[in-house]
Amino acid sequence: MSKTTKKYWPLFVLPTFAAFIIGFIVPFVYGIFLSFCKFTTVTDWKWTGLQNYTKIFYVNGKLDTTFLHSIWYTCLFTAVTVIIINVVAFLIAMALTRGIRGTNFFRTAFFLPNLIGGIVLSYVWLMIFNAILDDYSKTIVSTQWSAFWGLVIVVCWQQIGYMMIIYIAGIQNVPSDLIEAAKIDGANSHQIVKDVILPQLRPTITICTFLTLTNGFKLFDQNLALTNGNPGKMSQLLALNIYDTMYGTTGWQGVGQAKAVLFFIMVAVIALVQNKLTTQKEEVA
Amino acid sequence: MAREKNEVSAARRVKHGAAWTIFFTVLSIFWILPLLIVLMNSFKRKAYIFKAPFSLSYIPLSRGFDRWAAGISKTFVGLKNYANAIQKTDFFKCFGYSIFITVVSVLLIVLFCSMTAWYVVRVKSVLSTTIYVLCMFSMIVPFQMVMFTLSKFANILHLSNPVGITIVYLGFGAGLAVFMFTGFVKEIPIELEEAACIDGCTPVQCFFRVIMPVMKPEIITVSILDAMWIWNDFLLPYLVLDIKKYRTIPIAVQFLKQSHGQIDWGAMMAVLVLAIIPIVIFYMAVQKYIIEGVVAGAVKG
Repeated sequence: MSKTTKKYWPLFVLPTFAAFIIGFIVPFVYGIFLSFCKFTTVTDWKWTGLQNYTKIFYVNGKLDTTFLHSIWYTCLFTAVTVIIINVVAFLIAMALTRGIRGTNFFRTAFFLPNLIGGIVLSYVWLMIFNAILDDYSKTIVSTQWSAFWGLVIVVCWQQIGYMMIIYIAGIQNVPSDLIEAAKIDGANSHQIVKDVILPQLRPTITICTFLTLTNGFKLFDQNLALTNGNPGKMSQLLALNIYDTMYGTTGWQGVGQAKAVLFFIMVAVIALVQNKLTTQKEEVA
Repeated sequence: MAREKNEVSAARRVKHGAAWTIFFTVLSIFWILPLLIVLMNSFKRKAYIFKAPFSLSYIPLSRGFDRWAAGISKTFVGLKNYANAIQKTDFFKCFGYSIFITVVSVLLIVLFCSMTAWYVVRVKSVLSTTIYVLCMFSMIVPFQMVMFTLSKFANILHLSNPVGITIVYLGFGAGLAVFMFTGFVKEIPIELEEAACIDGCTPVQCFFRVIMPVMKPEIITVSILDAMWIWNDFLLPYLVLDIKKYRTIPIAVQFLKQSHGQIDWGAMMAVLVLAIIPIVIFYMAVQKYIIEGVVAGAVKG
């Protein structure tokens, strides 16, 4: 069976693999290579070693903090959104698994924003924010903190519904006899949540935490449409900072690519930690 | 799902059900209020959108109900913003490109990645292992890492059009799709295929007649997740496509801002509504599959 199948690789594997090489492998490998070069397009490269990497932090002998700023701005943004999204999504999911009349309608409403893309959503909110702030002669990009909280609101609004769905599935999978047993043993509803439901939900919590973590870290569309990095470059998250470096000024493509490599390493570290945590959990279970 | 959704264990059944229903009704309305405000403003005269964004009339209610009510008809302009938006963005063309790119890319991904996944699981070879490992790896690479080189290569290979970009999507979407499909193929008992094999099926017949039908739920999951991704994707098509000729809906929305510096908020409101309507219709039609797809995707991914 397996031997005959093996001969069919040009049909089963080749189309995917060819597209994968064009769409991922070649751009990835060449991207790493170009991060050590000065270039404006893929053919006019000149090897410059680590110069791009030093130029991320030092320009003309002076410290450039733009990238560092966007790193901690991104970390802060990610931390805030991870907490808000998961807490709110969990609370809504808890309420919407208790047989409240109209539950299906509520789930539908909360999930809806998630299906609308980041660009469209951001312009919806840009209008709302600026309409409110108009009365105070301000806009959402008046300061980096108004931009920050604007982004937080948009992203939370978008993702809470998604995480809520995953939490609901997790809560519904908690065996009801466990809850009944706890109840018979005299546990109050607070104890049931803390000692029965939450421990059972650990895999779900891990999944949702990491989904929101990587979503926050890689956020781009909302950042571009809502604040475009303004004021100055103060509200640039990492992805937008890289994009801006690469396409904003000519001659900086190499530095942008080098930033992208660092960005990749950060995302990869998060993914590896996640992988470690989830496999551990599975072994325990 | 093993348990019926309505069946809630007695220990968790809520007290004061009616109060909770009212609470969540209010909350859900607030939740979708931003969309309703945009809908309302999309029919307003441009000048009044920011003058009275949350009111039906540009005259404040504090100046008396009669004057407020009289202002309503002056505030609204009917479908003028829509005509303007459709003309400015060439909306229906963008809509067509979005549909085409999403549908074709999803079909390619589902077809070829399920085939690849089956091969990778059933045939133990260096090729199989390499593909599987590379697919896993590609999932952790952010788009910014490959955006510059990918868009240039796509250009060199003449993939900067709605047909070509579907190949790019197949390549870039292969990682997650192959990974999810392999997870599922591993659960299919091999006896199922062997029985077909004895009947003299070739692997191709075996795959399309026996395996693919069994994989239907997983195919729906991957289709939903990828359709949501591709339909809303902005940066990849923006960089890969020749945007002078081909624009998807997110690109059109973003261009409404860029091309004029100042945003034409009348047209913007209208185009946002036009962009959201198809999503709402799609959601209402296949809600069940979307919800199941999201859950399955989260657990497997």
